[in-house]
Order: sequence, then C-alpha cells, then structure tokens
Amino acid sequence: MATTLEAPRSPYTRSTRKNGVNWEKWGWLYMRVSGVLLVVLIFGHLFVNLMVGEGVSALNFAFVSGKLADPFWQVWDVAMLWLALIHGGNGMRTLVNDYATAPLTRGILKSAILAAVVVLIVLGTLVVFTFDPCPAGANLADLNPQFCSAL
Amino acid sequence: MPQSPAGTLTSQQKTSSRRPAGTLYRGREGMWSWVLHRITGVAIFFFLLVHILDTALVRVSPEAYNAVIAQYQTPLMGLGEVALVGAIVFHAFNGLRIILIDFWNAKYQKVMFYVVLGLWVVTMLAFVPRHLINVFSH
Ligand code: HEM
Repeated sequence: MATTLEAPRSPYTRSTRKNGVNWEKWGWLYMRVSGVLLVVLIFGHLFVNLMVGEGVSALNFAFVSGKLADPFWQVWDVAMLWLALIHGGNGMRTLVNDYATAPLTRGILKSAILAAVVVLIVLGTLVVFTFDPCPAGANLADLNPQFCSAL
Repeated sequence: MPQSPAGTLTSQQKTSSRRPAGTLYRGREGMWSWVLHRITGVAIFFFLLVHILDTALVRVSPEAYNAVIAQYQTPLMGLGEVALVGAIVFHAFNGLRIILIDFWNAKYQKVMFYVVLGLWVVTMLAFVPRHLINVFSH
C-alpha cells in the first residue's frame, strides 16, 4: 500500500510549478467582471436598437451610419465586441471541459472556439474603425443624408 | 488533513444538510437556474457569431447590409428576436445572481432565483408588446 489516498474534500494537489499563474482563477473573475459590464452594454444596445423609435423595423445602413460615425458608439460597440466574445468563448471552453472527454476532440473544439473568437474580434474591430458612411458608388437613397449630403 | 477526534463534528459536517456540502447546483432552483444559464449562454454565443458577420456587411456595401438586415424584419424573425432577448435577459439577471452568490451570500440563492424570474417577466412585458407592434405594423 504505497499509495496514499487524500482525504475527501481536500484541495486538489497543485502542480509543483512554482509561481505559476492561476489562469482558471483569473478566468473565473473575468466572467464576473465582464458580466457586470455586459449587462450595461447589452441592455443599452438592445434598448437603442429595438425599443427607441420604430425598433427593429428602422434598422438599415443609414441607421448604422448614424451610430458608427459617433466615437461614443464606436467605443461602446468595440468594448461589447471584445468583452462578449471573450466571455462567450471562455464559457464555451467550460462546456468543452465538461462534456468532451477525448483529448483530440477537446483540442479540436477548443481550437475552433479560439479561432472563431480571434477572427471575429479582428473583423469586428476593423469594421468599426474603418467604417465609411458614404462609400463611393453607393445608391444615394441607401445613405444617411446627415453625412452624405455633399455627394 | 488534520483528523478531528472521534465524536467531534467538523464545521463542515455540522452545517451540511442531506445534500453534499458546498454545492447549490444539485436539484431544484440551484440546478434549473444553472441549466437555463448554460443553454442561454450557448444560444447567445452562436447568435453573436452570426450577428458580427451580418453587421460586418456595412463594410461591404449598403445594399448588401440592407438586404440581409431585411431578413431580421420578417414576422418569423420578429418572434425569434423575442426568444433571443428573453434568453439574454435571463442570462444577464441570473449572471448577476451568480455574482451575488459568489461575492455576497449563497443563503439567498433561492429567493434570488425568483427575483430573477420576476425581473425577467417585468422586462419582457416592457419589451415584447412594443417589439411586436414594430414587427407587425410595418
Ligand atoms: C448580459 C450580461 C452577461 C452576464 C451578467 C453574464 C454572466 C455570466 C456568469 C456570471 C457566468 C458564470 C461563469 C461561471 O460559472 O464561472 C456566465 C457564463 C457563461 N456566459 Fe455569460 N453573461 C453575460 C453575457 C453573455 C453573452 C453575451 C454570452 C455569449 C456571447 C455569454 C455566454 C456565456 C457562456 C457560454 C457561459 C458558460 C455557461 C456555463 O459555464 O454553464 N454570456 N455568464
């Protein structure tokens, strides 16, 4: 009987790596901090896009131009983008840890989540900061007259 | 582990009821809130992937964006938006409940679950009629 059994409910034995960062702890904290911020960002987003005025039926390119031309909404949308994708991606990682047992499946699923999160963060950030409310050659009727009257 | 002398209960043993100590997640409110939190979280994540792609079309052309966004403005999608907002509102309020359990007090987790459901009903009452009028009167 060389093996010793740990008493029930004693903490997991940590790896002997000294001064290692406890990433799971920071991930746990991130879920909570980003969650609080996301309540404000997402509720504001839904209110402005779905409740004000004619809601969903008023959404079109001209409406989005009005928002994305404003630095306030640029910062709002980019913050929401980063916080929500990392929060959601980390949450999905938890599900993979819970339900996928084969190492290969886990690796593939987690890589897919990471790839989706990185690609969409890059894409979304580029869209917000390179947005052009008055693209050349566009149909004037589709544009926001507030920005594109000179065309 | 420091062994307590026979006959002396540890604080953990004293406070435990029939459920294993240290979990809120087995059975009843604690479990169902977790199940719903998980399902809504996954659903929102997949919607978010699509939503970023459709919004990215503003960078392609006004026509492309307007054509795709028109798909969100049909009656069927209008009902889908009710489900989506319902999922987000539940996840948001229950997320705040989880945070309060972790940083404040787990004793009130059941009460807080019913508070979450109450706030969900109130929020949906404010949203759904207005949204459906917007969807069906255009
Ligand atoms: C609206 C504000 C939100 C709040 C307050 C919130 C809060 C939380 C909290 C506290 C957790 C628990 C993490 C844990 O148990 O360690 C969580 C999990 C999760 N969240 Fe959110 N969240 C929000 C928005 C979102 C969004 C936008 C997404 C999707 C992109 C999302 C997807 C997830 C997923 C997939 C999980 C993992 C579920 C699980 O482990 O069972 N959440 N959320």
